[in-house]
Amino acid sequence: MRTKRSIFEDIDWLMVGLYIALVLFGWISIYAATFDEAHPSIFDLAKNHGKQALWIGLALVIATVLLFFDHRFFETFGYIVYGFSLLLLVAVVLVGTEIKGAQSWFVLGPISFQPSEIAKFGTALALAKYLGDHGERFDQFKVKLYSLGIIFLPAALIMLQPDVGSTLVFTSLLIVLYRQGLPSWIFGLGFVAVFLFILALYMKQYSVELFGVTLEGKFIFLGLFTTLAGFVWYNLRKKKGSTLVVGGSYLAMVGYFFSVDFLFDNILQPHHQNRINELLGIVSDPLGAGYNVHQSKIAIGSGGFSGKGFLQGTQTKFHFVPEQSTDFIFCTVGEEWGFIGSFVMIALFVTLMGRIVWLAEKQRSAFTRIYGYGVASILFIHFAINVGMTIGLAPVIGIPLPFFSYGGSSLWSFTLLLFTFIKLDSERKFVLR
Amino acid sequence: MIDPESRKFSILILFATIGLIFLARLFYIQVVDDSYVSSADNQALRYVTRYPSRGIIYDRHGDILVQNQAAFDLMVVPRQVDDIDTAAFCELLDIDRATFNKRLEEARSYSSYRASIFQKQLTADEYARVAENLYRFPGFYGQKRSLRIYPDSVAAHVLGYIGEVSARDLERDTLYRSGDFIGIGGLESQYEEILRGERGREVLMVDVHNTVQGKYREGELDLPAKAGINLISSLDLDLQHYGERLMQNKKGSVVAIEPKTGEVLCLISSPTYDPNQLVGVKRAKNYQALVANDSLDPLFNRALMAKYPPGSIFKLVQSLIGLSDGVIGINTGIACNKALVGCHNHPSARTIQEAIQMSCNPYFHQVFKRLINKGYTSNYFDDSALGLAEWNEKVTKFGLGQRLNLDLPSLKSGSVPSVALYDRIYGERRWAFSTIYSVSIGQGEVEVVPMQMANLAATIANRGYYIDPHLIKQLDGDNDSVLTFETHHTGIDPAHYEPVIEAMQWVVDKPGGTARRAKIEGIEVCGKTGTAENPHGEDHSVFIAFAPKENPQIAIAVYVENAGFGGTWAAPIASLLMERYIKGAVSDSLKEARILKANLLNVEKDED
Repeated sequence: MRTKRSIFEDIDWLMVGLYIALVLFGWISIYAATFDEAHPSIFDLAKNHGKQALWIGLALVIATVLLFFDHRFFETFGYIVYGFSLLLLVAVVLVGTEIKGAQSWFVLGPISFQPSEIAKFGTALALAKYLGDHGERFDQFKVKLYSLGIIFLPAALIMLQPDVGSTLVFTSLLIVLYRQGLPSWIFGLGFVAVFLFILALYMKQYSVELFGVTLEGKFIFLGLFTTLAGFVWYNLRKKKGSTLVVGGSYLAMVGYFFSVDFLFDNILQPHHQNRINELLGIVSDPLGAGYNVHQSKIAIGSGGFSGKGFLQGTQTKFHFVPEQSTDFIFCTVGEEWGFIGSFVMIALFVTLMGRIVWLAEKQRSAFTRIYGYGVASILFIHFAINVGMTIGLAPVIGIPLPFFSYGGSSLWSFTLLLFTFIKLDSERKFVLR
Repeated sequence: MIDPESRKFSILILFATIGLIFLARLFYIQVVDDSYVSSADNQALRYVTRYPSRGIIYDRHGDILVQNQAAFDLMVVPRQVDDIDTAAFCELLDIDRATFNKRLEEARSYSSYRASIFQKQLTADEYARVAENLYRFPGFYGQKRSLRIYPDSVAAHVLGYIGEVSARDLERDTLYRSGDFIGIGGLESQYEEILRGERGREVLMVDVHNTVQGKYREGELDLPAKAGINLISSLDLDLQHYGERLMQNKKGSVVAIEPKTGEVLCLISSPTYDPNQLVGVKRAKNYQALVANDSLDPLFNRALMAKYPPGSIFKLVQSLIGLSDGVIGINTGIACNKALVGCHNHPSARTIQEAIQMSCNPYFHQVFKRLINKGYTSNYFDDSALGLAEWNEKVTKFGLGQRLNLDLPSLKSGSVPSVALYDRIYGERRWAFSTIYSVSIGQGEVEVVPMQMANLAATIANRGYYIDPHLIKQLDGDNDSVLTFETHHTGIDPAHYEPVIEAMQWVVDKPGGTARRAKIEGIEVCGKTGTAENPHGEDHSVFIAFAPKENPQIAIAVYVENAGFGGTWAAPIASLLMERYIKGAVSDSLKEARILKANLLNVEKDED
């Protein structure tokens, strides 16, 4: 039974409030980062902060318009949006504009946008649609394969640009599959793979002199690992098939371990190699590859407990930190508002993501639930990598901080993602499926 | 199969964990580790030193003795130097490529993005030429410094000079920083704390390109530079200048004092040097030349540091003490007995005044004998010791044998022989008057510096007292710290001075006087010559005087090394200076020309 009610009555105002708080906090941070005595107005369109005001205005229009859509629209058009974004991804590789070494942009006059932003939305919708329809049969191999396909098809197209950051964002959707029941051991395997990768890179630097022979680090590892495998096999030798399992895993891991060098040196581009080496502390080059993070940490670290005060940041305002209004926007927060401001911002993000998950679980519609997880996952990976890189806990990957970073295309796509969920959520009481 | 719904907790825990890890990390870098704060300040803040201008020194009439001139250090920020036309730059500065590379490398080894001095102390003219081309060479800029300039190139020994602080200065006084200037020698050193002023600073913000972005916190942390205080010296620039000209090509010194006040009117040590030579970058080179390549030792301040036997001028002191103690009267006559001590040919002195006028050695041999052997005890040796002790005390009151309270460093005290000294030389009770009689005529163990001779002249001019001689009268525009000078009395009745002063006038005026070359038309000059025996060569020529006799305006001592008899050279130099000071001009141009022409430097060599 449906009664005529105002669309605004069932909206989760907590999410809307968190959204507005983040957008405004972001806006004043951009203002502080690009502040210029000659153009003191926050609405000055010659400056990033002035343009951001415009982008925020448009984002609010998008958000409002979304609330008037019928919820069935998203479900019906899920695959279409997805397909459309795949087309755009193909097109951008063919005819897009190259900016900073990646052919990821369409530039139309003053407006430029990245199709990968739409693709995030499209993929989240398509995944929700697919699993909403076939989620009960997720234990079937085919369903799992299709789900993974939906995620990795756009990711692969984006890799062609190449845009490692955006590609990485798609892997966050594995969280959605995890919630859907993807076995934990797959994630365990991923963890082991990352661990071995890092270990192999560390081992490269070490070597040991033994009986006049220089042993490279990886052979030391090989020795230790073989001993360990032998020990495990000896203990399990009575069990049936243990030789096969232990032997197989041993070979797979050793093979992977020894191919890390090759993968690292030949697949990754030199600047990625540098960033990873810098992050792991294998090399330290604060004036070269490590410059961004070095400066970023100085800016944030110098903020102290309560910050230098609004517009008083010297490191961000005077361009010591590169990209300070986009990827490194968090530096302004850290420098001018200190630990207190950082705490508030992190709390806002974690609360928003938690709220989305919490509400997703309350949905009667599987589509809405799965879509909610998609939104939370995408926000999460952006948040984790962006903030992580500014404080030296993640490699430098150029992805924006949602709602904070300067840029219309990014703000609109996150607004689109979030408000679609807010809209879907607002109808949860009327949907019986 | 596990229930996938329970996995929402794992996911929520994941979100929260990442948030907590970030907060822990942020807490560490923002609150615990404060190294980032200093890194940030180092990068974004520039502490620019504002150098105060050093105090100016004026002479007694307000003419400038030393002032400041702008100089520019050419600074370099190595990081900003890229792709410049090195050849053109080297040509502009007149340096070669290797020097350029070496200096840039040195600067870079200090810091890549901090300024270092590339070339020191370009003069304003040199810098003007460089400055108009600097826009072509990013990374280089000029920083203003202030150097000293001496408009008349006089009084080098009095003024001293300034140079970069030494490691020892830096250790002693934390106010200084490497590269700062400090007074070295002379008034520059004596009044360093007054002249130097206080350094200011400006805290500026710079951006990543090291471009200044304005004052940090609206200049809240800035300190203005406080200029040094100007000093008003007692020196008479004209007299000093004239004296230096007269002493050209002569070795020795001149000191003139205004008796009433103790103000030093001129202080000359010859040979001197141009103080402008010890300014700026050329200092090191010129200093070496002055020290190493000049046997005449022009950096040695003879007026304060050269200890000479006073010779016959010491007879004035002997006369005054003799009269005061009553061992002689004005009309005591003593035969000129050359068996006691050598003398020139003259009639025997019938009065003490004649003895002074003719500078009779045997007469003062006897006076000193009476002062030393007063018959306190029958033992000749003990009596001599008692007498010498009493005598020593009285001589010391003339400012002899002690360091005068002058406002210049490195003044020597000279020496007046004491019982302890002779006990050390000969052994206790192993000496008596007959051992030490040469002191009677200012030879032997008595030693004075020219400053003390001038002070003696002033003491006699004042009829019994002197005021601490000094070179700085007043701090300009600062009435809070008035300089004070002590008066010292000789303890001898002014009445005893009159006959001695009368005799000093005869020395100059009477036909038999030894210093008739010191006569000045229309002014009563009182003086006393001396010819100090010099075992190393020709005797030193000495003259002390004051004028006019009544209400004296100037007391002077002139000491010319190896110039022979005191009346020949020292006396006319003194008279020219006194006349110039009192009248403003010299009337006897022949006398002046004779002095200016004389070269007494190589007398010693000719004799050898």
